Amino acid sequence: MFRNQYDTDVTTWSPTGRLFQVEYAMEAVKQGSAAIGLRSRSHVVLACVNKAQSELSSHQRKIFKVDDHIGVAIAGLTADGRVLSRYMRSESINHSFTYESPLPVGRLVVHLADKAQVCTQRSWKRPYGVGLLVGGLDESGAHLYYNCPSGNYFEYQAFAIGSRSQAAKTYLERRFESFGDSSREDLIKDAILAVRETLQGETLKSSLCTVAILGVDEPFHFLDQEAIQKVIDTFEKVPEEEEGEGEAGEGEAEAAEAAPAERGGGVAGDQDVAPMEM
Amino acid sequence: MTKQHANWSPYDNNGGTCVAIAGSDYCVIAADTRMSTGYSILSRDYSKIHKLADRAVLSSSGFQADVKALQKVLKSRHLIYQHQHNKQMSCPAMAQLLSNTLYFKRFFPYYAFNVLGGLDEEGKGCVFTYDAVGSYERVGYGAQGSGSTLIMPFLDNQLKSPSPLLLPKQDSNTPLSEAEAVDLVKTVFASATERDIYTGDKLEIMILKADGIKTELMDLRKD
Repeated sequence: MFRNQYDTDVTTWSPTGRLFQVEYAMEAVKQGSAAIGLRSRSHVVLACVNKAQSELSSHQRKIFKVDDHIGVAIAGLTADGRVLSRYMRSESINHSFTYESPLPVGRLVVHLADKAQVCTQRSWKRPYGVGLLVGGLDESGAHLYYNCPSGNYFEYQAFAIGSRSQAAKTYLERRFESFGDSSREDLIKDAILAVRETLQGETLKSSLCTVAILGVDEPFHFLDQEAIQKVIDTFEKVPEEEEGEGEAGEGEAEAAEAAPAERGGGVAGDQDVAPMEM
Repeated sequence: MTKQHANWSPYDNNGGTCVAIAGSDYCVIAADTRMSTGYSILSRDYSKIHKLADRAVLSSSGFQADVKALQKVLKSRHLIYQHQHNKQMSCPAMAQLLSNTLYFKRFFPYYAFNVLGGLDEEGKGCVFTYDAVGSYERVGYGAQGSGSTLIMPFLDNQLKSPSPLLLPKQDSNTPLSEAEAVDLVKTVFASATERDIYTGDKLEIMILKADGIKTELMDLRKD
């Protein structure tokens, strides 16, 4: 029944230096339906796949507004994600109450990661089973972070989490170098195309995905269904069109940024390994 | 050792007057922009009116620091409300929240005298007046602050609200048109400025209607 004798307790180490319960929590992120985030210098787009539990039910909300300048997309246990986004909202409100200035995204992400870390070191707790893509805009520009149940967090240019996210990651890896200068429209289009990659054959409809955007002079908001459908129509009718555009990407500067930020300590050296696979 | 600060108070009175009038489909909220302490004027251009929601505007006089703190609390609470309900707070809901917020500090009150104006769920104008600890009432018109003792009897004379004890409940909204209400507000402030040293400099008038908010400014005596 159990994988081994070291995985019944969160705080028990395996002789190989692993915490299995934490790894299982990161597995939960992989089981959840996909969430995608990407950014330019001025905008961040979050997108996700709407998966209903059954034919009869509605799907669960997977993208949340934290504040006008911060949004979050989740994959994994949505219930945990809701709790964490409520925490992020209150952090943001408390910050603007005390300092009358918007909360820097990097700071919020550290608080969030510390909260997740505590759960990996207490016998009476369990790690959060959710991965969060935190997108935000602050004085230093647009940012996209990935927070995982282990308490690790990384900054990205573009990233995808959840089931079949590898396909979306491949798509984003092929294109991310041009994202820095992308217009918001191109960013939205790339987000939706990345979502399509995770569907594997299923035809993309606006009802199947949620897209949200924030950026300079654009507070966080969801795109309405018609706007998403309009973007889908531009490439669903002429499928060969996007292939030509794929080669357009250039610019070395963003390549460095795309690698996980230094703070991720543990993974220094193998930057190509996604945090979930470590 | 003798007591050194027996007369120290945590409060100051920065003066100012607030007036609001509710009409059938509009609400006029007005306040002067003078901030004073004692015989000194601290600012001739400090707004006492704060937009809390699309359909709720708060005008407060009293102690500026407490007013500012109160406005910040309400702003944060309104943000939380929007996250939880996906809509703006209505004016009657904001009125109850303001009352609770004031009563929460029943034994160390906010030194703030408030008039809350806005539109209710039916789109009718509404005005709520408060005391410092949160007791409040929905009225057709109201005045608070240093000039209220001069303004309130004049408004009573001009507008005559129905007794709140009448059954069934009478509609307290004024029969004035929007232009008449704005004119009346300008008149009462011009008069109050003559006799109240804490009222003057400029009058800020906000007119709330279903299609949005208009702001008007009028000069008052500067002496």
